[in-house]
Amino acid sequence: MSNSLGNITTIAKRELSAYFASPVAYVFIVIFLLLTGFFTFMVGGFFERNEANLVSFFLWHPWLYLFLVPAVGMRVWSEERRQGTIELLMTMPLTPWQAIMGKFLASWAFLALALALTFPVVVTVKYLGNPDLGVVAGGYIGSFLLAGAYLAITCLTSALTRNQVIAFIISVVVCLFLILAGWPPVTNILTKVLPDNRWIVELVSAFSVMTHFEDFQRGVVDSRHLLFFLSVIGFSLFSTSVALRSLRS
Amino acid sequence: MIKVENLTKTFGPKVAVNDVSFTVQRGEVLGFLGPNGAGKSTTMRMVTGFLPPTAGRVTIGTHDMLEDPVPAKRLIGYLPESAPCYSDMTVHGFLSFAAEIRGLRGNAIKTAVHRAVEMCFLENVLHQSVDTLSKGYRHRTCFAQSIIHDPEILVMDEPTDGLDPNQKHEIRQLIKRMGEKKAIIFSTHILEEVEAACSRAIIIDRGTVVANGTPQELKRKAPNAGAILLRVNGVAAEVVTGKLRAVDGAERVQLVKDENGTVTARVFPKSSANGEFSKAVGAAAQGWRVEELHIEEGKLDEYFRSITASDTAKK
Ligand SMILES: Nc1ncnc2c1ncn2[C@@H]1O[C@H](COP(=O)(O)OP(=O)(O)OP(=O)(O)O)[C@@H](O)[C@H]1O
Ligand SMILES: [Mg+2]
Repeated sequence: MSNSLGNITTIAKRELSAYFASPVAYVFIVIFLLLTGFFTFMVGGFFERNEANLVSFFLWHPWLYLFLVPAVGMRVWSEERRQGTIELLMTMPLTPWQAIMGKFLASWAFLALALALTFPVVVTVKYLGNPDLGVVAGGYIGSFLLAGAYLAITCLTSALTRNQVIAFIISVVVCLFLILAGWPPVTNILTKVLPDNRWIVELVSAFSVMTHFEDFQRGVVDSRHLLFFLSVIGFSLFSTSVALRSLRS
Repeated sequence: MIKVENLTKTFGPKVAVNDVSFTVQRGEVLGFLGPNGAGKSTTMRMVTGFLPPTAGRVTIGTHDMLEDPVPAKRLIGYLPESAPCYSDMTVHGFLSFAAEIRGLRGNAIKTAVHRAVEMCFLENVLHQSVDTLSKGYRHRTCFAQSIIHDPEILVMDEPTDGLDPNQKHEIRQLIKRMGEKKAIIFSTHILEEVEAACSRAIIIDRGTVVANGTPQELKRKAPNAGAILLRVNGVAAEVVTGKLRAVDGAERVQLVKDENGTVTARVFPKSSANGEFSKAVGAAAQGWRVEELHIEEGKLDEYFRSITASDTAKK
C-alpha cells in the first residue's frame, strides 16, 4: 500500500516538474487568470450585479475549462507514446493504475493551483460586500471537480492517440457535449421538439456537467452531484487503463 | 534467471515471434542476433513485460511475468531500442526519477545516480536537458537508467547503437564485466561484439530461433570453417586447383582469387579438418612459392549469412 502510494507520488512529482520545466505552465496560468478576470468583470457584469457573490465568476468556468483543461491534459499520455517513454514506464516496477493515478493527480493539482490563484476575486467580493463564504467554498469545490472530470476525459483521449492535437480536439468535443446536454438553450429546444417525452430531456441533461455544477454554485454540496463528477473521473480513468492495455497487445 | 518458454507473438495475421524458448543463467551474457524484422525487439519487449505474449511464458527469477509482473520487473533493467528518455528533464533529474521509481530513497538515490553517471561517462552533461543531448549521449543516458538499481537481469536492445568507437568499446567491456554477476541479454547487429562480450549467442530469423550456442560453436559451423586456404605466387590457377583436387581427402576446391600471378584457393576436406590433411595440402604445394597456408576458423558473419534467409540476404 505504502509502496503504491510511493509510486504514485514519484510519478506525480515527475509530471509536475515536467509542467514547470517549460514556460507553458506559467503562460497557461496567466491566460487562465486573465480570462477569468475578463469574463467575471467585463462580460459577466460583476459590478453591475451589485451582489456580494461569485455567480458571474463561476458561471464561466465550464466554458473556460472547455479549452484550458484539454490543453493541460492532452500531453499526458500521447507525449509518452510519441517519445516512446511509455516503454520505460510500463517496464518499471509499478502497475499501470499507479501510473494513471500519478499522472492524473499531478495535472489535477496543477489545475487546482491555477484555480487557487483566483483568490483575489474572493478578496474583492469580501472587500466590497459580505458574501456567504460557504457558497464561495461550494463553488470552488464544484469548479475543482468539474476540472477533474474534463481532465479525466482528456487523459482518456490522450491515451488513444500519439498526436496531442487530435487528443485536444476530441476532448473539446466530448466536453462540449457534456456542457450542451444540460445547457438551458439546448434543453429548451429539446423540450419543444419532444414535448411528450420530458424524461428523455431529463435523461440527457442528467449527463451534463451544467446540471451538476449549478448546485455547487449555490453553495450546495449534494452527494448526488459529487457522485456524478467522481464517476465521470473513475469511468474515464478506468477506460484509460483499458486503452493503454489494448495498445500494447 | 530468465526462462522463456514457447514464446509467440502475432500482430494481426503477422507472426513476429514464433515459439521461441531459451534460458539465461546468472553469469551468462546472451547475444541476440538476427536480420532486421526478425523479432528481436519484440521478444525483448515480451521478456520485460511491455508486450503481453500471444502464447508462451516468461519467468524472471521465480516470478511469472504475466501473473506477477511487479516483482518480476523489479529484477530487470531495460534499455529499449530507441533509447527513450523524458526530454523535458535534465540527465540528473531523469536518472534520479529512475532511481526513485525503482524504490531507492534519499541518499541511496544520490549514490546510485553517481555510480551510473560514472559508469556511463555522463559527468559532462549531468545538468543538461535531455532534449539537447546528442544521440550517443542520449543513448548512454538511457543505458544509465537501465543499470541505476544494479539489477540482476539486464535486457538491452542494441546497447551500442549510435555510440562512437571508444564508447562502443567501453560499453562492451562494461557488459562483459557486469555479465559475470548478472544475467544479460543484448541484441546487436555487430558480430564482433558477440565474440567480444557474449558467452552464448542466439540467432533468430523470421521469428524462430535458428541457432543457439557459444560464439566458438557457431563459428565452427560457418561454411568455410575447417577449409584450408592456400595462396601461392607464380603458378597457373589450373595447375593449383588440379593438384589440390588430387590431394587425399579433399572434397572440393574453390578458386578464391587469381590476380597478378597470385592464386588463392580453398580446399574443403571430406571430414573435418585435421593436421594430416593440412600436411597433405602442404606436400602438394611443395615447390610453389607459398605465401599463405592455414586452416580457416570460420567467421560468425559467414555463418550468420548462411542461415538467415531474410530478403536482403537472398539478393
Ligand atoms: N506493434 C506492431 N504492430 C505490428 N507489427 C509489428 C509491431 N511491432 C513489431 N512488428 C513486426 O514484427 C516484426 C519483428 O519486429 P522487431 O522489431 O521485433 O524486429 P527486430 O528483430 O528488432 O528488427 P531490427 O533489427 O530492425 O531492430 C517486424 O516484421 C515488425 O514489422
Ligand atoms: Mg529491433
